[in-house]
Amino acid sequence: MSILVDETTRLVVQGITGSEGSFHTRQMMEYGTQVVAGVTPGKGGQKFDGKVPVFNTVAEAVRNEGANTSVIFVPPAFAADAIMEAADAGIRLVVCITEGIPVLDMVKVRHYLRSRPTRLIGPNCPGVISPGKAKVGIMPGFIHTPGTIGVVSRSGTLTYEAVHQLTELGLGQSTCIGIGGDPIIGTTFVDALALFQKDEGTEAVVLIGEIGGTAEEEAAEFVKANVSKPVVAFVAGRTAPPGRRMGHAGAIISGGKGTAAEKMKALREAGIHVVESPAQIGQTVKSVLGR
Amino acid sequence: MNIHEYQAKEILRKFGVAVPKGRVAFTSEEARAIAEELGGKVVIKAQIHAGGRGKAGGIKLANSPEEAERLAGELIGKTLVTHQTGPQGKVVRKVLVEEQMDIERELYLGIVLDRSRSQLVVMASTEGGVEIEKVAAETPEKILKEYVDPGVGFMPFQARRLAFGLGLSGDQFKNAVKFMTGLYRAYVESDASLAEINPLVVTRDGRVLALDAKINLDDNSLFRHPDLVEMRDIHEEEPLEVEASKYHLNYIKLDGEVGCMVNGAGLAMATMDIIKLAGSEPANFLDVGGAASAETVENGFRILLADKNVKAVLINIFGGIVRCDRVAKGVIEAAKKVQIDVPVVIRLQGTNAEEAAELLNRSELKFTVARDLKDAAEKVVAAVKES
Repeated sequence: MSILVDETTRLVVQGITGSEGSFHTRQMMEYGTQVVAGVTPGKGGQKFDGKVPVFNTVAEAVRNEGANTSVIFVPPAFAADAIMEAADAGIRLVVCITEGIPVLDMVKVRHYLRSRPTRLIGPNCPGVISPGKAKVGIMPGFIHTPGTIGVVSRSGTLTYEAVHQLTELGLGQSTCIGIGGDPIIGTTFVDALALFQKDEGTEAVVLIGEIGGTAEEEAAEFVKANVSKPVVAFVAGRTAPPGRRMGHAGAIISGGKGTAAEKMKALREAGIHVVESPAQIGQTVKSVLGR
Repeated sequence: MNIHEYQAKEILRKFGVAVPKGRVAFTSEEARAIAEELGGKVVIKAQIHAGGRGKAGGIKLANSPEEAERLAGELIGKTLVTHQTGPQGKVVRKVLVEEQMDIERELYLGIVLDRSRSQLVVMASTEGGVEIEKVAAETPEKILKEYVDPGVGFMPFQARRLAFGLGLSGDQFKNAVKFMTGLYRAYVESDASLAEINPLVVTRDGRVLALDAKINLDDNSLFRHPDLVEMRDIHEEEPLEVEASKYHLNYIKLDGEVGCMVNGAGLAMATMDIIKLAGSEPANFLDVGGAASAETVENGFRILLADKNVKAVLINIFGGIVRCDRVAKGVIEAAKKVQIDVPVVIRLQGTNAEEAAELLNRSELKFTVARDLKDAAEKVVAAVKES
């Protein structure tokens, strides 16, 4: 089993004709994801690579091709609009890859989504993959292998590192979710943990946090009360200086808050296995599961 | 993006938010002229991107234009060390010359993003002039909060509730409400990421003004504010970081000895962390992005090696979509163009990692190839210790 994306995923790519969008659409199709439509306003009627119909609006992609999931590659200035268009069209899962969306645009997006059933993943994230079933995002498919470990992370390449360690040790993954490095994101650690807890195909969860905000502390509280499956966590940025944005817009220690030490302490107190070294993530999962 | 106090006050003025009369001066003569216009009694405030200026001697009272000239002359060119500048301090290049205020009370007003609620929050407190983090830790009940509904914005009733909560009445109350609604508009229309008025002062004649003002702007929104982009002051930034930004490299200088070059922000932080665990300190954060082309690697090398504290370099690339053999070729090309006289440890993992290792081993370059993250950290720290 898995969460969020699988064989039933019917994907529409917003921004399919752009350079990022077209490159990753081919990668996703090669992985076996059902890409049923693309959207580029003004290019409706074309076929992408002679196969995938392109529409002017997301609503048409839903109506004509039964799209139920969207992935967004449009530039930051237009991305908030693209997310809201997908939600308005009734898409149940929207994955926004775009980095650099204005924070106040995301405040509006979150407000817009509050009264709608759509789930947003990201923005500024690598996407979601259920190994062997569907890949909706930009992660390298081949490092993943089907299995029972759920992975949720605020990072991109650091997630690949963790997944690679798991795969090398023979620990496959149920689903890997990159929730994104921005201050405002659609799906939080807590949301992802709730889904993994319910998923019968997930045995344990790897959580990869980083400095900034309080998402890890909230995850710790949630795990204490609601998660019975083992959780292994790493928090990046213990050597990061305060007041500086470490690449991700959300990775900043401000007013002395959001340090890695605080987060690791909260996670540990919730009974989570916190690893000190990013090289030990896979090995720790293995020993926690007694294998 | 950070801006100076005088620039923040320029923004506030545009939105009808009350600030003391005054202007920025780059020389002591200009300071004298502004003091004359303002009637002689003024405050001279050093303009640097750091708090704690008052305690560090960066804010002075002058009772005449002559005194203003003298004090401005002393401040301009001086290196100011505050608790936020680090021990090296910051050079003062300009001062803000403002009228003196007849202060009755010092309050606090701020707008920030509450990340977990995805909403802006307007905060007010009677405890002005002290750090709000300290108030939040010691007497959190003294911070009044109003969460903003993004559908309608900050409403007048919320401003009234805050103003009453601060114990204001009469003209002071009316002016405070006007101040708060103006500040909210300034925040939203400038795409700020933080606005802090500390202290917000109430004068004996009923005025409510921003005695100090700190505004940070959201970098992601600058594309729609060309006028605000011009407020960037590169003198306030680390020269190597300014250089890196020209190549769209994400570089932050630190104090350690291991230079690191990584693709992806999370992995870059994790690499810094594992260097420390292995017994050394990272010299920088450098995210070369997903592509890691020959050109970005070359520019990355130049910037890393310009830091004279660097005793060894660790390159950690997780090749996903980008193939490791292409990254390896990029590293080899870059190494031919840049003079490298410190040990370099390379760890390439992911797509075509084995071909990449072979390319590196075959090259004439004296690189150490590492198997995994732990091995890489141990090898680079060993190299530092040997040097």
